[in-house]
Amino acid sequence: MKIAAIIAQRLFYAAILILAVLVLNFLLLHLAPGDPAEVIAGEMGGATQEMMAEIRAAYGLDQPLHVQLGIYLGRALQGDLGQSFFYNAPVVGLILGRLGATILLVVTSLTFAVVIGTLLGVLAARKPTGLFSNVITVLSLVGYSAPVFWTGIILVIVFAWVFPIFPISGMSDIRLAGGGIEHVLDVAHHLVLPAFTLGVIYLAQYSRLSRASMLEVLGADYIRTARAKGLSESVVVGKHALRNAILPIVTIAGLQFGGLISGAVLVETVFSWPGLGTLALDAILGRDYPTILGILFFSAVIVIVANLLTDLCYRLVDPRIRSGGHK
Amino acid sequence: MTGTEQVAAPEEPGAAPLKVESPIREAWRMFLRNGSAIAGLVLLIGVILVTFIGPQVYPVDPFEIVWAPLTPPGVDASIPFGTDYLGRDVLAGIIHGGRATLAVGASAAILTVLIGIVVGALAGFYGGFVDEILMRLTEFFQVLPPLLFAMVLVALFTPTLTTVAVAIGVVSWTQTARLTRAEFLKLKQLEYVTAARAIGSRNGRIIWRVILPNALPPLIVSATLIIGVAILFEAGLSFLGLSDPNVMSWGLMIGSSRSYIIDSWWAVTLPGAAIFITVLSVSLIGDGLNDALNPKLRER
Repeated sequence: MKIAAIIAQRLFYAAILILAVLVLNFLLLHLAPGDPAEVIAGEMGGATQEMMAEIRAAYGLDQPLHVQLGIYLGRALQGDLGQSFFYNAPVVGLILGRLGATILLVVTSLTFAVVIGTLLGVLAARKPTGLFSNVITVLSLVGYSAPVFWTGIILVIVFAWVFPIFPISGMSDIRLAGGGIEHVLDVAHHLVLPAFTLGVIYLAQYSRLSRASMLEVLGADYIRTARAKGLSESVVVGKHALRNAILPIVTIAGLQFGGLISGAVLVETVFSWPGLGTLALDAILGRDYPTILGILFFSAVIVIVANLLTDLCYRLVDPRIRSGGHK
Repeated sequence: MTGTEQVAAPEEPGAAPLKVESPIREAWRMFLRNGSAIAGLVLLIGVILVTFIGPQVYPVDPFEIVWAPLTPPGVDASIPFGTDYLGRDVLAGIIHGGRATLAVGASAAILTVLIGIVVGALAGFYGGFVDEILMRLTEFFQVLPPLLFAMVLVALFTPTLTTVAVAIGVVSWTQTARLTRAEFLKLKQLEYVTAARAIGSRNGRIIWRVILPNALPPLIVSATLIIGVAILFEAGLSFLGLSDPNVMSWGLMIGSSRSYIIDSWWAVTLPGAAIFITVLSVSLIGDGLNDALNPKLRER
């Protein structure tokens, strides 16, 4: 029953974090220079004194700050994050409409990076001083140092001019209306370049991390034992070593969600991917504070959920921490 | 620098004095032996020279329209890197734009490290309630996607170089805090800290003068890498149009030519290459410092 208690504790922490993000959002809205009512009035194209008073009353801006916070939290918990000034629509609806595209992009990139990165790292670890290993080290440095939007732009140039085989903009072809397998394939086709661009930074990191982790594990006594038993090299590496070496990769993959979402903002901008990133940029350029803060909130929730899942996966994968003895 | 390694063997009469190399000197020697780290150092010095002396040698205003728009490189000797969509000199932009990128990157990195060290040191040293509060705070900042949070901060306040640097600092200190805390947890158990306490040193002195200097090697490596991260952040924000529009920077150059990627590859790829080279040089130096300062990791 201990695992249930741990899950309950984690869920409690996650709920506190979500609440804290909401409070931060509220404070940021009020820290912003200028009166929110004036901002709203400005978006409406000006307002008289009575209209200003009406706006203040409608948004609860005439109440003391802690009362306003209470109202804000109460509404947020009911799924109301306010109204977008720019799109004149509920923020939550706007975000939910774009959330899927971003999650698709992020999860695809992460899967690509983890799987290919681990594979490359494991191959490199078998000969730590070989040419392949050095190539991995250099590639990981290059992947880490190149601005993600620059990589994207270079891919756009290459795939627009030299090899026009992948679409460089958008998420689907409007000529292919309707659903079905054709639509899925079309989205997958559009996904290739953005997901590769975002994944390639992390690919480099995972290959390096799994190489280091593998090298450490391959030096352990139980690997020598496995070899001494006469097991084949592929069983030793693939089964005994990889299982243990994969732990740090699982941890890092979960913790990197925040960074991935940040990267997604830039990649979406380059490839006009209709996700939260492009929505965030439009909202910022339009001074649409409720929308941008809503996006910050939703992204934080994605990160919190990802961390929670990682934590639980980690406990399932590693029997040593299943009991909750370690942090 | 580590207090425990400074003890030299007692000299025997007549024997040659035992030569003990200081850890800093040893690390420097290790660093110099690392080819890629030296390459990084040379690259970085090159970038700094171009950025700070370049504008005197090549005094073309990066905002001035000097030629027909979208002129490719090599058309005229006076515009070796071509012009952007407005007819501005791309080379002038690269030379003048580095200053903002480097200045914001460096000051944001300093701020990041300062916040991280203070939070991590206090949490690690005092433990208990202080640790609990500060680590919860760190966790809170970790769940906010850094670029998105920085975008919000810059958008809420006026986008100046200072705002951008502060925003980057505010969103990226958590890793340094965790690293510092871990070092403090480890070091505060050691004898020389007990010794410092025994001679009556106050907590402030123990934290900043006794433990921190010994925690520095991994922090220096991390700080170097943070400079790279901060430069990438600055570039990302300027690319999105969230930096000072009146100050030329590499990210701004790429961002403003975003709609002309196909028509003017030079106006987007060349400033990007400048960012790439700068961050690469910093990463190479960071890697070299890591090898030099953490000899245990050298085999990886």
